[in-house]
Amino acid sequence: MNHSRSRPRPGAITARLLRSAGIHALLLAGAIVMLAPFAWMISTSLKDYSEVFTVPIKWIPSRLVWSNYADAWNEAPFTRYFFNSAFVATATTIGQLTFSALAAYAFATMNFLGREVIFTLFLGTMMIPDQMTLVPNYVLLFKLDWIDKYYALIVPWLASVFSIFLMRQFFQTIPRELYDAAQIDGCTRFGYLWRVMVPLSRPVFITCGLFTFIGSWNAFLWPLIVTNTDRMRTIQVGLSTFMQEHGTVPTLLMAASTMAIMPVVIGFFFVQRQFIQGIARTGLKS
Amino acid sequence: MPFQRTTARDAARRHKFLTETFTAYLYLLPATAVLVTFHFAPVLYAFYVSLLEWNYISPNPAFVGFANYAALLQDSDFITSLVNTVYYVVGTVPTSMAAALLVAVLLNQKIRGLAWYRTVYFLPVITAANAVAIIWFWIYHPDYSGLLNGLLDRLGLPIQSWLLDPRWAMPCIILMSIWKGLGYNVVIFLAGLQNISSEYYEAAQIDGAKGLSMFRHITWPLLSPTTFFVLIISVIGSFQVFSQVYVMTRGGPLKSTLVVVYYLYKIGFEDFKMGYASAMAYALFIIIFTLTLLQRKYIGSRVHYQ
Repeated sequence: MNHSRSRPRPGAITARLLRSAGIHALLLAGAIVMLAPFAWMISTSLKDYSEVFTVPIKWIPSRLVWSNYADAWNEAPFTRYFFNSAFVATATTIGQLTFSALAAYAFATMNFLGREVIFTLFLGTMMIPDQMTLVPNYVLLFKLDWIDKYYALIVPWLASVFSIFLMRQFFQTIPRELYDAAQIDGCTRFGYLWRVMVPLSRPVFITCGLFTFIGSWNAFLWPLIVTNTDRMRTIQVGLSTFMQEHGTVPTLLMAASTMAIMPVVIGFFFVQRQFIQGIARTGLKS
Repeated sequence: MPFQRTTARDAARRHKFLTETFTAYLYLLPATAVLVTFHFAPVLYAFYVSLLEWNYISPNPAFVGFANYAALLQDSDFITSLVNTVYYVVGTVPTSMAAALLVAVLLNQKIRGLAWYRTVYFLPVITAANAVAIIWFWIYHPDYSGLLNGLLDRLGLPIQSWLLDPRWAMPCIILMSIWKGLGYNVVIFLAGLQNISSEYYEAAQIDGAKGLSMFRHITWPLLSPTTFFVLIISVIGSFQVFSQVYVMTRGGPLKSTLVVVYYLYKIGFEDFKMGYASAMAYALFIIIFTLTLLQRKYIGSRVHYQ
């Protein structure tokens, strides 16, 4: 290793360059495959209808038809869909982070009867696939008269064992002495959570919050089942309804898809490092 | 009076424990209420419902014992949906894992632009399955103007009618799902690779090991806990495929893409046979659970932990 660094032979440099070029070629090819569908989506969303079905495919429209977006937006109540998704995702995220932090705080810092048993039972829920609970939850919400109401979209997702688990792990790393010191300064138990633990655990809150928000924004099967009017449909369900009604107009459909995808993609670019690190650490599935 | 003092301290300690227990339960209450109501209780209730013949429109369900489970075994559509789901899982999981491992190994070569590549490969993961399914629906357009057919045509290969062809519909859904899930597996594999201490590689290098044999004798065994984790998560996730099928094929053509969760959705929420749908949900749960146990037993025992 050492002598090759101090006096590299010309052949070694060439070999390394070739190797690196090969790696980049493979990775770039994969990246193109990853991006092509999105490129096609955006390209089609800006095309005139007459240019969609050209052979060979035209990647750059001869004229950018921005009005596709306005047309799609006006063809269906997208304002309402967006509002619903934003409201549901925000409420779910705030509520879930609050509930999870409270529970994780108890698990991490308190000594109480049945702590291990309860924690194991909590973890056990992760074994249950969502499909198991579809029918019973639908029946329950029907009896509560919550079908087609915001409650149905928010309340069942207010607890996340993943978040509780992650937060507990993080809370446990905060030294106990800090609590004793805070207590001497007159800090209450809740005050310690709110003013010390939460600010110290920002990364874990961001990770959990992102997961919840994206999961809620992208949710499909559950909102499909518990909503049945345009007033309550989220963007994903609305998009699927839109496809059924306007499936033959790809320009509008792609404009609508772009709008449904973009908020998450843009948000992702801002926080991608933290997000990917969060997954790598925990193996969470969104 | 040392004896009395001890009991007094014990009592104080017990009192503190009980107060803390009470406080802890208060903190746990909100999350527990949601988990019990929407996750624990439904599992039990689903079992009860699975013993009923309950057309949702009729208010009076009839108790039928295990008749729904017996009917499942006779239901050729259910069997088809199981076979198709297995086809989907077998088509998706190994390919996706192999491709993801390759990408992760390449990304781990200390190259420039790692963050950029990682973001690009991860992009499909964070986008909604139903939204990207709409894009792919058009990529698979059956005539020359489709993206895929256009590509094949340029390569001089015959074009296909993809989602309209019972032989091709499932491979199409598989391909799209691999594209969608790849980045997730890449990120997990990459984290696993970065966890392998460089000392192993340095030692092997001294012994004269080269690229591929280094991968076989060091990377592969030391990565096995990660590989195993990805395998379990992927199999569980793949058994639950729904959105792609709902958007692209609705189980067709000729039931070639009828998968279990889509069939469950159809029975439960289009035909409103709640009892039958619950029996199916239980069957699915038992299958996933058994598979997970089997994988743990047969593959898990071959995993090396550092």
